[in-house]
Amino acid sequence: MGKFPLFPEQASTFAPEVDHLLFFLLAVAAFFTLLIFAAIFFFAVRYRRRSHGELPEVQHGAMTLEILWTAIPFGLTMVMFTWGASIYFREARPPDDALQIYVVGKQWMWKIQHMEGKREINELHIPLGRPVKLTMTSEDVIHNFFVPAFRTKQDAVPGKYSTTWFQPTKAGKYHLFCAAYCGTRHSAMTGWVYVMEPRDYANWMRGGESTGSLADDGAKLFQELACVNCHKADNHGRCPSLVGLFGSTVKLSTGGTVKADEAYIRESILQPNAKIVAGYPPAMPTFQGLVTEEGVLQLVEYIKSLGPSPAALGGAR
Amino acid sequence: MTPAVDVERETYLNAGHDLKSWLLTKDHKRIGLLYLFTITLFFFLGGAMATMIRLELMTPQGGLVSSETYNKLFTMHGVAMIFFFLIPSIPAVLGNFFLPMMIGARDLAFPRLNLISWYLLVIGGLFAIFAMLAGGVDTGWTFYTPYSTTYSNSWVIATALGIFVAGFSSILTGLNFIVTVHRMRAPGMTWFRLPLFVWAHYATALIQVLGTPVLAVTIVLLLCERLLHIGIFDPKLGGDPVLFQHMFWFYSHPAVYIMVLPAMGVISELVSTFSRKPIFGYKIVAFSSVAIAVLGFLVWGHHLFVSTQSVYAGMVFSFLSYCVAIPSAIKVFNWTATLYKGSISYATPMLYAFGFVGLFTIGGLTGLFVACLGIDVHVTDTYFVVAHFHYIMVGGAIMAYLGGLHYWWPKMTGRMYPEMWARLSAGIIFLGFNLTFFPQFILGYLGMPRRYHVYPPEFQVLNVMSTAGASVLAVGYLMPMIYFIWSLRYGKVAPDNPWGATGLEWKTASPPPLHNFDETPVVTHAAYDYSTVTGEGIDFG
Repeated sequence: MGKFPLFPEQASTFAPEVDHLLFFLLAVAAFFTLLIFAAIFFFAVRYRRRSHGELPEVQHGAMTLEILWTAIPFGLTMVMFTWGASIYFREARPPDDALQIYVVGKQWMWKIQHMEGKREINELHIPLGRPVKLTMTSEDVIHNFFVPAFRTKQDAVPGKYSTTWFQPTKAGKYHLFCAAYCGTRHSAMTGWVYVMEPRDYANWMRGGESTGSLADDGAKLFQELACVNCHKADNHGRCPSLVGLFGSTVKLSTGGTVKADEAYIRESILQPNAKIVAGYPPAMPTFQGLVTEEGVLQLVEYIKSLGPSPAALGGAR
Repeated sequence: MTPAVDVERETYLNAGHDLKSWLLTKDHKRIGLLYLFTITLFFFLGGAMATMIRLELMTPQGGLVSSETYNKLFTMHGVAMIFFFLIPSIPAVLGNFFLPMMIGARDLAFPRLNLISWYLLVIGGLFAIFAMLAGGVDTGWTFYTPYSTTYSNSWVIATALGIFVAGFSSILTGLNFIVTVHRMRAPGMTWFRLPLFVWAHYATALIQVLGTPVLAVTIVLLLCERLLHIGIFDPKLGGDPVLFQHMFWFYSHPAVYIMVLPAMGVISELVSTFSRKPIFGYKIVAFSSVAIAVLGFLVWGHHLFVSTQSVYAGMVFSFLSYCVAIPSAIKVFNWTATLYKGSISYATPMLYAFGFVGLFTIGGLTGLFVACLGIDVHVTDTYFVVAHFHYIMVGGAIMAYLGGLHYWWPKMTGRMYPEMWARLSAGIIFLGFNLTFFPQFILGYLGMPRRYHVYPPEFQVLNVMSTAGASVLAVGYLMPMIYFIWSLRYGKVAPDNPWGATGLEWKTASPPPLHNFDETPVVTHAAYDYSTVTGEGIDFG
């Protein structure tokens, strides 16, 4: 036993914010709980039945009271709503300079890939003070990436990408839990998040076996899966060139358009016929079952590394 | 009071003694007792599983059962308690028995349908029990996809079919109640003379009829994917797993109100009777039931704040969830105000009513935490949520059910339960409940996820407290079981109106005659007019 905490550690910028909101709600809840308990206790004693068959005078209710105890709780809940929504809104918007990390949930482990190519299982090393954005998916069932010390939690859903972000504020080792029930060894799908001083983080990143970056792995996969045979860089292949694809707007055969983001690229690899680029035949076979979710993420990273589209660059300047 | 000579007075209980007279009865009172018997069985089944869960969680390593067994225990605990105990509990037992009597009717509108609905619950229950005996199901009572459709190797189909069939029991009961309240009210029983118990059951019936079919559809789709591999929810088959959550909670959130609205109806009766005053703000309490039923359909998305639902949808659902909290708060304030200048008795049912209001207040207020987007992201899928919904469902619905059972026991059986034992058990249940579930709020905020067989050692102290509380709670639940049975033979003979209550059910004999009333009552007063019953009732101080 030993340790017996009653309150979780605060290790991200969100943690104190969520806790302040919690204290506000606790104060309101404590006030009303005491009010109701005290009123019941007081009335029950004060107006206890003294004689058998006594008949108290009738009160049929009072509109002012009803309005009062409707309006005051409603006002308080709207404060809770607005405050809670503003935190949620910021939790949904990772800053642009956030460190990108990919997470794949799988019965019953967390697989993590860093941009530089480093991979970990059930451990996540991140530098102190820098916003970190996780892009997540699942190989099988729904999982949930939960770090109590950061007060953040996000489902990793098969078939789509979800994101979450946090900015660690304290070096240390924190619990990582899978919070969405995922089968027999759900409670073993846990790990640790290590928040490191930037220098230690840099050392850690350099250590271990050196592999290429995530984009390099994607490039290898691009060869192995023979994607390169059709998707040639110069637009003379049977398929559209992928140079400058990421972030651009793609015209579809249906006449519509789609923004080429991670989800679009993932879908085009696994379900190529879902959205056909205008001017090209639906010739691509599906790679479902041939490439893992981690592999898809490497391919996405490779395609990203082929450069942003000229239009996107223009927009940024 | 009943003259002492009616030794051979015909009651619904002695109208037939053989098994057939029970199994083929069309009497709403006997069907109510059939339900009572059935759901009590499921309550103790679900309770046995809860006991195993709490014993396992005394140690962090998980040595008592395997992870596989643990997952099956919490799944079947949830299935038994929610679908086969809580949803039928108050409506099918107390509602069945007393809704017709309270409006002065001889029976429900469709007595045969009422019997069929009991059989449907039994058939559904047999499916579920078969699944348990055959090896169990391990999906969690929420059956989230694609785990339930593709990955689980347990008895998903049998359990889901059981819930599907039991759902029709709920639909038919709701339908029966709606038609009965519209068509069978005694002369003079206008809508605003209805006891609040009836208003609450009417609102509940609307949810049962409108919500339960969605659950049926969801189960059919789940079976289609699991059996026929039609891609609906599993992305590998081209489906969307989050779609399941929307459909499931579209029923299962309103289902919380199927459990708690009837409980609120019971509490209105108890608070009024034992303070001898009409409920403060009768019409507002009545309409708040309807408001809860309507708004309850619009909040399902608050279960999906971390499920990749859009940020804006999350905001809308958070806002609406706060709106549905208001009518519940209004009820609590009105019950409390009813006590003011009342003549308050501490009879057992009132102790349960006090317990309900207190625990429901905590349950409701912690609902504000989980409706709050910023906080829910942290506490969802943790023990905070487990504690919150047990405060509503056990602290709320079961306290009210037991309060109602004590209140109407003399009418149902013609016998009084032993008052001192009953007060003692009410106290034990209140203490045991808080000791079990309050530590779970702290555990949840600390970050202990729910459905964890093995957990980090720093959570052990609070888990041990919770388990200690659960053993107190178990004693509290076993006591009524024993003294209720004891009272059938040895309890004091109950007068017609032991509490000096106003409802029509107290204006007939205890136990009631076969057709409830010797002549159809004519209603001339609003509900809860105690000037008509002065001088009656047993003195409980």
